Amino acid sequence: MAADRRKIVLEFEKPLAELEAQIGQIRQLAQETGVNVSTEIEKLEARAAQLRQEIFNSLSPGQQLQVARHPRRPSTLDYIQIITDEWIELHGDRRGFDDPAIVAGVARLAGEPVVVLGHQKGRDTKDNVARNFGMASPGGYRKALRLMDHAERFGMPILTFIDTPAADPRLEAEKFGQGEAIARNLQEMFRLSVPIICTIIGEGGSGGALGIGVGDRLLMFAHAVYSVAPPEACAAILWRDATKAPQAAEALKITAWDLQQLGIIDQLLPEPIGGTHADPPRAAATLKQALVDNLAQLKQLTPDQLRRQRYDKFRRIGRFATAPPN
Amino acid sequence: MSLLDWFANRRKTGSISAERRVREIPDGLWTKCEMCDVLTYTKDLQANQMVCLECGHHLRVDSNDRINQLIDQGTWTPLDTNVVPVDPLKFKDRKPYSERLREAQAKTGMQDAVQTGLGELQGIPVALGVMDFRFIGGSMGSVVGEKLTRLIERATAERRPVLIVCTSGGARMQEGILSLMQMAKISGALELHREARLLYIPILTHPTTGGVTASFAMLGDIIVAEPKATIGFAGRRVVEQTLREKLPDDFQTAEYMLHHGFVDIIIPRTQLTKTLAQMIKLHQGK
Repeated sequence: MAADRRKIVLEFEKPLAELEAQIGQIRQLAQETGVNVSTEIEKLEARAAQLRQEIFNSLSPGQQLQVARHPRRPSTLDYIQIITDEWIELHGDRRGFDDPAIVAGVARLAGEPVVVLGHQKGRDTKDNVARNFGMASPGGYRKALRLMDHAERFGMPILTFIDTPAADPRLEAEKFGQGEAIARNLQEMFRLSVPIICTIIGEGGSGGALGIGVGDRLLMFAHAVYSVAPPEACAAILWRDATKAPQAAEALKITAWDLQQLGIIDQLLPEPIGGTHADPPRAAATLKQALVDNLAQLKQLTPDQLRRQRYDKFRRIGRFATAPPN
Repeated sequence: MSLLDWFANRRKTGSISAERRVREIPDGLWTKCEMCDVLTYTKDLQANQMVCLECGHHLRVDSNDRINQLIDQGTWTPLDTNVVPVDPLKFKDRKPYSERLREAQAKTGMQDAVQTGLGELQGIPVALGVMDFRFIGGSMGSVVGEKLTRLIERATAERRPVLIVCTSGGARMQEGILSLMQMAKISGALELHREARLLYIPILTHPTTGGVTASFAMLGDIIVAEPKATIGFAGRRVVEQTLREKLPDDFQTAEYMLHHGFVDIIIPRTQLTKTLAQMIKLHQGK
């Protein structure tokens, strides 16, 4: 596992990886020869830590996208395992499907019963094929809605975790009404009167993300991204060249910082240096604290207040001008 | 102006109107149907609401024509005509977004891709929104979202049914995440309209795709489509890439959507106003 982890090095992490390899070599050499190099190693490690901080503090939007899609980045089920006291996964949309690209169930968070649901990417190739890389089908969105209705019925808050490149674009998805399934969720999430907190943990890809993304609070990890369209698709359409994805990522303003500036997200969750996959327990602790704090605030509100504030929150989004009458 | 300039200008305007003849309301005496190639006297075609008299093909019409076809003469009150687009992200692809907006505004005489207003449909008060594909592919940005939301809110307050004629390539990428969020905003307004037990009928015309399909186009109490209109979420080419075989010929057509249960009824344009009036009356106890 540890050896495996080293294999995944993003392009911009290479100087760091080289430095770390060097440290490893010196260590091995010291062990073999018995020479004490601890001060040198300390120095090198300090330099590596500094380098890592520099790299991760100045990521371009294209690089953020790579971190957000990192194969080792903790997924919905990883966070559920760490942050909940109890968790029972539930299945099926009661319309003939159980989409593994969305997981959902009942759980206990800091003593409180909640419904948790989210996109689930695979942990390896086989798992990814089964979960369609976290691209949910209409059945997935309908399962999510079914469990959200369940939450409403039993007065449980809803926590959603967003991590998908896009909604499933395959023939079957179209046939079973991908558009309708997402649209229905957008509308119904304004109807629900229990607290809803949505967190973008990795990749927020267009309607596929929004389909479980209407809530009272929108939280986002610092290196997560949220975009109207996958940058590759945007580049293919607007630049007529899919390789212009980094430029598209820049132009689309997809980073957590950008989204905070645009007034879309309510809270930016800091990540461990190197991304959430560098220290999953710490990332999970940050997430849990934010969820608990926000839930405590939302529980002060009556159902009507909750619904009204949720409506007003989305009602305000948009930038336009008012021209003087002709 | 020299004679040469005059010729140069004439050539320029000539090419523009040639393009228009294909894609928009023709201004020639005769119009060739893009489907069956039959030439029809333009005034006859217009009298038939741009539906080919020979083969029944529905030619594209703009938002002004739609309003004329649906709303009783002299009853149309446009709303929020002063809501205009900005360039919030300073977006630039091969061309700056601000330039694309100016071009679209000059071409269409519209501020953005939707017209909204109040009027009467065969004597029934309605709130009507009409998208216009000529304006950056009918894409949905902040202005489309804001105007439709205000329209729906107004309809809820005045207890009017809402009709929205949809035609759109989807969310407007040049406004980034703000465009995506309009899907939620409009859906929220529709929820309040629904809770007031008021009727909403989207009319899906060619093409209705992407973020519009994944929001207000699919949220109607009754969903109407025009014959042969392309209706879908993912782009056909994107879907095709995920497949080894060819897509069925009728994939993502109004007929396909009807067959799979996502559209209630396909109504030819020439019957639309009459049928909508009938539908609304049935839901108002009249």
